[in-house]
Amino acid sequence: MTPEGSLLAADGLHKAYGATPALDGADFSVHPGEVVAVLGPSGSGKSTLLHVLAGIVRPDSGTVRYGDRELTGMNDTERSALRRTDFGFVFQFGQLVPELTCVENVALPLRLNGVRRKEAERQARDWLERLEVEDIRGQRPGEVSGGQGQRVAVARALATRPRVLFADEPTGALDSLNGERVMTLLTDAARDTSAAVVLVTHEARVAAYSDREIVVRDGKVKDMLAGLQ
Amino acid sequence: MTLLDERRGGTHPAASGTPAPPAGLAAWARDLGMGLRFAAGGGREGWIRTLLTAVGVALGVVLLLGAASVPQLLQGRDVRGQARQIAADMPVKQSSSSLVAAEADSEFRGTRITGTLVRPDGPDAPAPPGVTALPRPGEMVVSPALKDLLASPDGALLRERLPYRITGTIADTGLVGPNELTYYAGSATLTTETEQGGHRIGSFGIDVGEATPSAILVVLIILACVVLLMPVALFIATAVRFGGELRDRRLAALRLIGADVHMTRRTAAGEALFGSLCGLLLGGLLFLVGRQFTGLVTLWDINAFPSDMTPSPALTVLIALAVPAAAVAVTLVALRGVTIEPLGVVRHATARRRRLWWRIPVPLIGLAMLLLSNRVDEGDAQVNPTVVAGGAVLVLSGITLLLPWTVEAVVARFKGGPVPWQLATRRLQLSSGTAARAVGGITVAVAGAIALQLFFSAVQSDFTSHTGQDSRRAQMSATLPSHDMSTIRKMLKEFRDTRGVRSTIGVIEASVTRPGPLRKGEEFAPSTTLTVGDCASLQELLHTGPCKDGDTFIVTDHTGTADDDYILETARPGASVLFHADPQSGKPVGKPRLWTIPKETRKVRARMDPSGSLAFGIFATPGAVDTSRFHEPTARAMLKVDPSVPDAAEHIRNTAARLDPLMQIITLHHTTRDQQFTSIRTGLLVGSTVTMALIAASMLVSTLEQLRERRRLLSVLVAFGTRRATLAWSVLWQTAVPVLLGLVLAVAGGVALGGGLLRMAGKSTFDWSAIWPLPLAGAGLVLLVTLLSLPPLWRMMRPDGLRSE
Amino acid sequence: MSIGHTLLGLLESGPRHGYDLKRAFDEHFGQDRPLHYGQVYSTMSRLLKNGLVEVDGVEAGAGPERKRYAITDAGVTDVAQWLSRPEKPEPYLQSTLYTKVVLALMTERNAAELLDTQRAEHLRLMRGLTERKRKGDLADQLICDHALFHLEADLRWLELTAARLDRLAETVRG
Repeated sequence: MTPEGSLLAADGLHKAYGATPALDGADFSVHPGEVVAVLGPSGSGKSTLLHVLAGIVRPDSGTVRYGDRELTGMNDTERSALRRTDFGFVFQFGQLVPELTCVENVALPLRLNGVRRKEAERQARDWLERLEVEDIRGQRPGEVSGGQGQRVAVARALATRPRVLFADEPTGALDSLNGERVMTLLTDAARDTSAAVVLVTHEARVAAYSDREIVVRDGKVKDMLAGLQ
Repeated sequence: MTLLDERRGGTHPAASGTPAPPAGLAAWARDLGMGLRFAAGGGREGWIRTLLTAVGVALGVVLLLGAASVPQLLQGRDVRGQARQIAADMPVKQSSSSLVAAEADSEFRGTRITGTLVRPDGPDAPAPPGVTALPRPGEMVVSPALKDLLASPDGALLRERLPYRITGTIADTGLVGPNELTYYAGSATLTTETEQGGHRIGSFGIDVGEATPSAILVVLIILACVVLLMPVALFIATAVRFGGELRDRRLAALRLIGADVHMTRRTAAGEALFGSLCGLLLGGLLFLVGRQFTGLVTLWDINAFPSDMTPSPALTVLIALAVPAAAVAVTLVALRGVTIEPLGVVRHATARRRRLWWRIPVPLIGLAMLLLSNRVDEGDAQVNPTVVAGGAVLVLSGITLLLPWTVEAVVARFKGGPVPWQLATRRLQLSSGTAARAVGGITVAVAGAIALQLFFSAVQSDFTSHTGQDSRRAQMSATLPSHDMSTIRKMLKEFRDTRGVRSTIGVIEASVTRPGPLRKGEEFAPSTTLTVGDCASLQELLHTGPCKDGDTFIVTDHTGTADDDYILETARPGASVLFHADPQSGKPVGKPRLWTIPKETRKVRARMDPSGSLAFGIFATPGAVDTSRFHEPTARAMLKVDPSVPDAAEHIRNTAARLDPLMQIITLHHTTRDQQFTSIRTGLLVGSTVTMALIAASMLVSTLEQLRERRRLLSVLVAFGTRRATLAWSVLWQTAVPVLLGLVLAVAGGVALGGGLLRMAGKSTFDWSAIWPLPLAGAGLVLLVTLLSLPPLWRMMRPDGLRSE
Repeated sequence: MSIGHTLLGLLESGPRHGYDLKRAFDEHFGQDRPLHYGQVYSTMSRLLKNGLVEVDGVEAGAGPERKRYAITDAGVTDVAQWLSRPEKPEPYLQSTLYTKVVLALMTERNAAELLDTQRAEHLRLMRGLTERKRKGDLADQLICDHALFHLEADLRWLELTAARLDRLAETVRG
């Protein structure tokens, strides 16, 4: 069922929180360098799909395949290691460690991967520069604006050069201008590194940065590209 | 800030002509009331906060009330203890309302048994407190605890010792504590002539007044109170701040709808007031419930009736007033560093650096007070408790004042390091105050405990005396209450045959006097002791060399404590000695009983006997002298116990009781310690344990609170693939760094305070080994708090936190 | 807006007289522009000719002769195709989308599907605009933004409608 050449593919995912099913037979695939928007009404299971795809949450049944590896068969340590090395994450808010400076926040995932502090912070500065927030590198998240903070978060997600970038409402807390800039920088950077992007959003203008969209409704996924053809 | 100030000024109701809000007391009352309502009806989160504060305050209040009960507790015990004493020094004439009583205390498996033998002289003889009718011969009245023990299988062995028929129980008024083992047994034979002493009394009870404890003890007690109660006070202060950040957000919402800064502060004070009032109430309840169980607990030999746990009224009123007042004060002080704006909370923590200049003098002044105060090494020197307590409080509070500055100053220097370390230190840099507050309690407790330990170990020699007893050579010793030689022999045999006795050292002693008239310069006839025992026994007392039956020895004292010349007046080889002489004139009583000391008697040196005394005089083996000619001989038995026989000591005591209920059996110890001293030491140990536990609880609460606040961030970090160990280490460091700094300060402060106290006590020995267990306990605390916060951390590191949007 | 498809859709729930059709149309869709009866008549003739409807019966009465129309299978297919065909995204096309949603609900078709299809079409256009904006100059960006915001408004409205489908369904079927 998984399409040829896909980087990350899921098949028949089921996940329930208590009695409420969040995913009810969902399929998904994304190719290297592809930006896929995940759309759907709130409570439809978008975020759960993202969490399952990223190996944060283990599905009740179904499989997630990344490259030639089966995510669903890995234990927590292996999945954590995979998330550290191959995946990147951007969330809507509350993701930066408030005590660390911006550059330390960006360097954090690199350091978790064992990069030495000096080197990690040098790379982090490059990424901050690329996301046009080099000037706030020494400040703490509480002292910068929402747009700057989100750019720091994107820089942090990209710093490890992930193969897959998971973004859950990355512009949800931003105004239009900042939101667009963040999306432009994010997708540009992802394309440059040919990372796949799984983009959960409810905004059409944000989804318009994708190559393809899928719709999650009642825990099932509808691939609109397949539907149209 | 200024912008907001202006805006605030502009929208002030007074400025726009609306009626001015109530001022002064009315405003206070209104805002406090609003705070009370918030705390009581603030929804689930408000309740949790109130509950946390209340429980924290309640724990503190229970401790405070317990401490306030100590005077009553000790007094109650003293009063009841004195009321049943036998006044030995005030003999009364025999009448129908007098009785003869003798103490027949014993011990059973390490627990003391208070026993009294009574023999009424007539029908009107007084009964001891708690006893309605005096037991008749062969009967006894017992305390409930002793009754239970005797009825249980465990007590069977003791029943042999106390074979009397139980005819009643002693009421509480006659007992010092509910678990006390006490009995009064009737005797048909007790006389005042007995060696171990019956005394004729007209009533029970003595009035000794209050024993004035030594000055050093006063210092110790004051310090123990300060050391134990200061952390409790700090803990209450911390408990009042539980959930403070949540409260601040709620207050920010209040500001949004138009409350001014003062109103929010008063509202916060009201919330704290409510929490502390609840805590006061809860603490009172817990105390009332808890005191019902005081009888079940025996702390350092003290066991009390619930009615003894009555806090002194003055202290109770003080607690009831001080706790809420402190809660309000702490809240207001805490809010000083926080500006609650309509749209959020601004903390000045980073902006306002802590200053050192006013913190340093506090402990120094305290130390100076201690150093300048009277020395108490002269036992009767007067101690000014205010100066000692004041000095100690200043030193200890000085340490808590120095702690936030130290934490801030040290933590600010940390850069880099591994990820967990970085996370922890950065967190501390951002809010070192919270950490310092949590640790403050530990620092005071440890510093105080170190000071006391130092002081203890230095003054230990004052309270602990080396008895000189050698518990390796013999474990028990008894003086036999008989002057009859055949009885004494029989008794020694009985002991030898007792289960668990490996061997006995038995000697019979009698006084011998030099015959003949007084010489010039003598006021009385010289005499010395003749001790008879077999070779094995004598070898425990003397360096006899080769010994066979029939040998005799003369021992002079080589230590110089006894006058050798005086001994040699009587004890000369070939000289005669008189067995029964008038102690003044030296003339024989009745027909002279003479014995000649053999010519070949050797002079040897004495050896410390197992009970720690050095014998001197004349020594003879049974073959050398006829002991039946002795006048009023006494016999001593020292027993070597077989440690493999269970309850050997109890069997020996049973034998002794069978021979004579008044015979005293002494267990030989290497050292004895002043009982009061031991109590304080144990009390301090228990107290610091409870205090440390309290502190651990408050640290745990603040750690959990912090984790709960960052649930989402934790989930995000998990999404990033952060290892659990990374975060666990960061929690550990975050706790360990302030605790470590606190402990360093605590050791420094404790050594300084201890040094000051030692100087006061005129001691200079410094026992460093007294110090290390406490930092170790502190380290254990860190581990405990970390370990206990791991399960919630694991729970919060689940991705559920990402879902809550 | 296709009146033919709308009338066909209305017939799907059951055969109606021409006058009933006009009344139903006016009630649901013709608030500001009621349908002339002649328009109904001519549309029906065209649909009859194309075999999409058939005459179900004729009632003789006091007034004019009344024909009752019923939809044919071909007609049902035609409505389905029309509904599933996304409209070309353009500003102010709510009325057509609204008609489609209401008809989908009345005929108990899956309105959510219709919305998904439409959104996909919108997004396709929006992707193009976004791409043009990325590469273009400021003028391009402003022009594209105008279009993007309007298209997004359509979709927002669609989302809102989708979220309210349950309530809408009750009203419509009521």
